[in-house]
Amino acid sequence: MRVTDTVTYKDPAWHTRITWTVVFLAVLLPAGWLAEFNPAVLWDEANLRTVGHFLGTFLPPAHSLEFLNMVAIATWKTIAIATVGTVLAAIIGFPAALAANRALSLSALTTGRMAPWAAAVRWTVRAVLIFLRSVPEVVWALLIVRAVGLGDTAGVLAIALTYGGMLGKVYLEIFESTDVEATRSLLRNGAGRTQGFFYGMLPACLPELTSYTVYRWECAIRASVIMGFVGAGGLGQQMELSMRMLAGGEVITMLAVFVGLVWIADQVSLQLRKWTE
Amino acid sequence: MPSLTRPLLALAAWLVFFAACVATLSGDWASLFSAGSARGMAKFVGDFFPPAHDPEILRKVAAGSLETLAMSWIGTLIAAVAGLGLALPAAGRWGGMAKGTTRLLLNGLRAVPELVWAALVVVAAGLGPFSGTLALALHTSGVLGRLFAEALENVSPEPYESLRRHGVGAAAAFWYATFPQVLPQLASYALYRWEINIRAAAILGVVGAGGLGQMLHFHLSLFQLHEAASVLIAMILLVTVVDLASNRVRRALTS
Repeated sequence: MRVTDTVTYKDPAWHTRITWTVVFLAVLLPAGWLAEFNPAVLWDEANLRTVGHFLGTFLPPAHSLEFLNMVAIATWKTIAIATVGTVLAAIIGFPAALAANRALSLSALTTGRMAPWAAAVRWTVRAVLIFLRSVPEVVWALLIVRAVGLGDTAGVLAIALTYGGMLGKVYLEIFESTDVEATRSLLRNGAGRTQGFFYGMLPACLPELTSYTVYRWECAIRASVIMGFVGAGGLGQQMELSMRMLAGGEVITMLAVFVGLVWIADQVSLQLRKWTE
Repeated sequence: MPSLTRPLLALAAWLVFFAACVATLSGDWASLFSAGSARGMAKFVGDFFPPAHDPEILRKVAAGSLETLAMSWIGTLIAAVAGLGLALPAAGRWGGMAKGTTRLLLNGLRAVPELVWAALVVVAAGLGPFSGTLALALHTSGVLGRLFAEALENVSPEPYESLRRHGVGAAAAFWYATFPQVLPQLASYALYRWEINIRAAAILGVVGAGGLGQMLHFHLSLFQLHEAASVLIAMILLVTVVDLASNRVRRALTS
């Protein structure tokens, strides 16, 4: 700024700057229009009153014994949903990863190519896994709530399906990326596939498998709170109810509990992963 | 042979924990896996087929997808600007006090998930994509603010100081010496969050914050399952395309 006091230099990059600004605006303006971008609604008088009232109820946080008791139960339910959901996901993911595993193919080992039907099975399993994880967990929860009703079951199933897809994929990657020579030499020397897997592949992969599953459990805790908003049980469902009644004090208490829960899950998962590796 | 006591104890503790979890859940698991419920499920799934594909719904789904993209784009942009604004004090430019306060604020913004922000913002800004955009912006500002602050802390201070010593103002020195150094990193963080925000924008609608999620919620509530199926397909397509595209771009950038 000071430099321009004496000599005026021409900005050497002016036309790139102009081009980028124009391109930027050309994309930004329609996008803003599509997103109904209108900060004015935030200052609308009726809105301000509602928000002011809502914010006013935030303090003091709700702390009656009865309410805290309810929050404690909801929190434990959230943990239970995440845990059971993750275990079911592993039950889905593990066999799927085995079925889709190329390294355990006998035909590929002996002839260099996979038998066509075996290749077909492997591709089908992979496609199912991709489908399971490409639907977000909240959407699974929304659909399952329609099928089995409001409550914990929907949350457990939603986590089981989405995370089943993710665990299956990652388990598969772990199986195929570890050193397969031990397994292959077992298979070559006449071990069955079960033996090859349990004595060759599994011991090599176990720490990584456990570690990733624990990490997913941590994600599942966060996800199960969020899924509560569409009626899948736990802390989220209570939070949604309180928000709908504009009970700010209850919302703030539950948000604090949520943040604490996520932090604890984070620490537990970190410790467990350190321990397994 | 290592002692087996510790792993066995851990296993026992885990089994007790798991049993307690199963005992808490109210679901009737036996009936869930019965033949009757399997038939119910099959019927439920069957009701989604065939997905609606008249021009009307296709137009609506396309509009919903565009709206989702617009939400993610504007939300990430606001977050990048706000994140940079918050990153300056959070990187310790204006003293320890400002640093501590902004870090706390960033942690708060980040700790609340997008969907919870959306449910809160809907109270203030009403139903629709604007609420979703703000919710994305709030959560993402927390994430980007922290990442940007780290980038700013790791930047080399010499160019900035040398400009300052030659009498350049603080703002100009920042824009010409510090900012260009961190720009590539900032841009790549913002792009990475944009990718995440497209997925988030697709689901925020389930609490009424616009985009494909709101359409899905709407059609499911009215039991228009064929229409809901079309929205679902659009959602999966959107997420898959973004995934493939970002993989391509990343591979091109790293190789």
